[in-house]
Amino acid sequence: MPAIDTGSTAWMLVSAAMVLFMTPGLALFYAGMVRSKNVLSSTMHSLFAMGLVSVIWAVIGYTLAFGPDASGVIGGLKSLGLDGVLGAVTGTGTSAIPTSVFAMYQGMFAIITVGLITGAVAERMKFKAYVIFAALWALLVYSPLAHWVWGGGWLAQFGALDFAGGTVVHIASAAAALAAAIVLGKRKGYGTEEMRPHNIPMSVLGAGILWFGWFGFNAGSALGSGQLAGSAFMATNLSAAAGMLTWGLAEVLTGHKPTVLGAASGAVAGLVGITPAAGFVGPMPALAIGAITGVACYFGLRVKSHFGFDDALDVVGVHGVGGTTGAILTGVFASLAVNSAGANGLLFGGGLALLGKQLVGVGATIAFSFTVSFIILKLLDSTMGIRVDAETEAGGLDVAEHAETGYEF
Amino acid sequence: MKKIEAVIKPHKLDEVKEALHALGVTGMTAYDVKGFGRQKGHTEVYRGNEYTIDFVPKTKIELVVSDDLAPKVEQAIIDAARTDKIGDGKVFTFDCVGAVRIRTGERGDDAL
Repeated sequence: MPAIDTGSTAWMLVSAAMVLFMTPGLALFYAGMVRSKNVLSSTMHSLFAMGLVSVIWAVIGYTLAFGPDASGVIGGLKSLGLDGVLGAVTGTGTSAIPTSVFAMYQGMFAIITVGLITGAVAERMKFKAYVIFAALWALLVYSPLAHWVWGGGWLAQFGALDFAGGTVVHIASAAAALAAAIVLGKRKGYGTEEMRPHNIPMSVLGAGILWFGWFGFNAGSALGSGQLAGSAFMATNLSAAAGMLTWGLAEVLTGHKPTVLGAASGAVAGLVGITPAAGFVGPMPALAIGAITGVACYFGLRVKSHFGFDDALDVVGVHGVGGTTGAILTGVFASLAVNSAGANGLLFGGGLALLGKQLVGVGATIAFSFTVSFIILKLLDSTMGIRVDAETEAGGLDVAEHAETGYEF
Repeated sequence: MKKIEAVIKPHKLDEVKEALHALGVTGMTAYDVKGFGRQKGHTEVYRGNEYTIDFVPKTKIELVVSDDLAPKVEQAIIDAARTDKIGDGKVFTFDCVGAVRIRTGERGDDAL
């Protein structure tokens, strides 16, 4: 049996745990932004994904994503039930880690991607429908996409660069979120009723956890401990920081006060933007990516009012716009000097070649995720109905769907 | 007996309580409310969405006192709660037809 590198293995174990931690972080981030009568419903979306997707990933999700490639579209069923994973080694040399660690690490990504979608369905989706949707989405959208980009599938072969999941995680979840917002319809009272965040400190705690965990998300995507993990870590922090600053600046320059929710959201936007780029760009480009993505997402929030869909927690505005911006900027700032396994972007002598490939990756992800998500949701809606009834929506989902109250004062 | 209800600014509660103590008032109830009169609300912005918040946090106090004490109580509340800025609140006086101390069964002014 080939030897594993204990340093890389230790880092990847920690990274996997950090990425998992992002999901309860996401739960807090989202839950703080809904009305208090729905705090538990929102929390449950992310929390339950940790259980549901963990199991699905182990049984079949992993093998579909990372099994031996079948014509560039899907992995096989060779590792059904994680068969053969124990004792195997993934990677070589100083990046040789147990396949079990690799499989667990990747599974954590699947969990949070499902959780991200739920921002759009907040305050009106039936829990039962969510569970079935989440399970189907993990299998029919996430695993194939992960295969295309990371499992040796066609996008990887094509040459689009996505270090930690700008497409697989952020754009995919945003496209699904858009489909969900459209099929679900707007919340009753949207536009007229007050729908303010009920607990911003909760959201800030969540954002802080996300920022922390994102180091596992991005730097862990180096799949080993070393220079690349270091540069990805650095790029991640710089982009988060720049995103926070430019979002706040955008608030002030558009005549508003700098807000706490804005600072947290700006950081998240920066983190989303750097996700595809983290292991391909240097520190100053990382600052630029964060700065640009922060502003792009600040204005990206307006997209939903333009097109009239109720994306309750701005999955499209932050993860969609942010992921797309980051993917495009990867095509601008990527440098072989940072990562010899990457490519040179527009500003590093690569011309428009990489940029073109990035756009293909973005387009393919949006088209695939949106279409399959839309079909799943329409099917669910026509059979079981995916939206709660008016009375439940008015009284809040916590009591009606979970027989629980979040707060007892 | 008279029941006196007052809507006041929350930060004035302690001052009002002290003023009523000085008059010999032995009990009151206070709770957090929100309300508005002529005082305008304010605007809050969350992720680019503007919300006009009409209601302003206030504190409501309630107490029941003997008829002769009522006018003094009303004035004490006014003096303690006034800031001369809009939103100081209002004091209402009602007739109270019955009061009983639960522990002892005392009635009327003896219950106060």
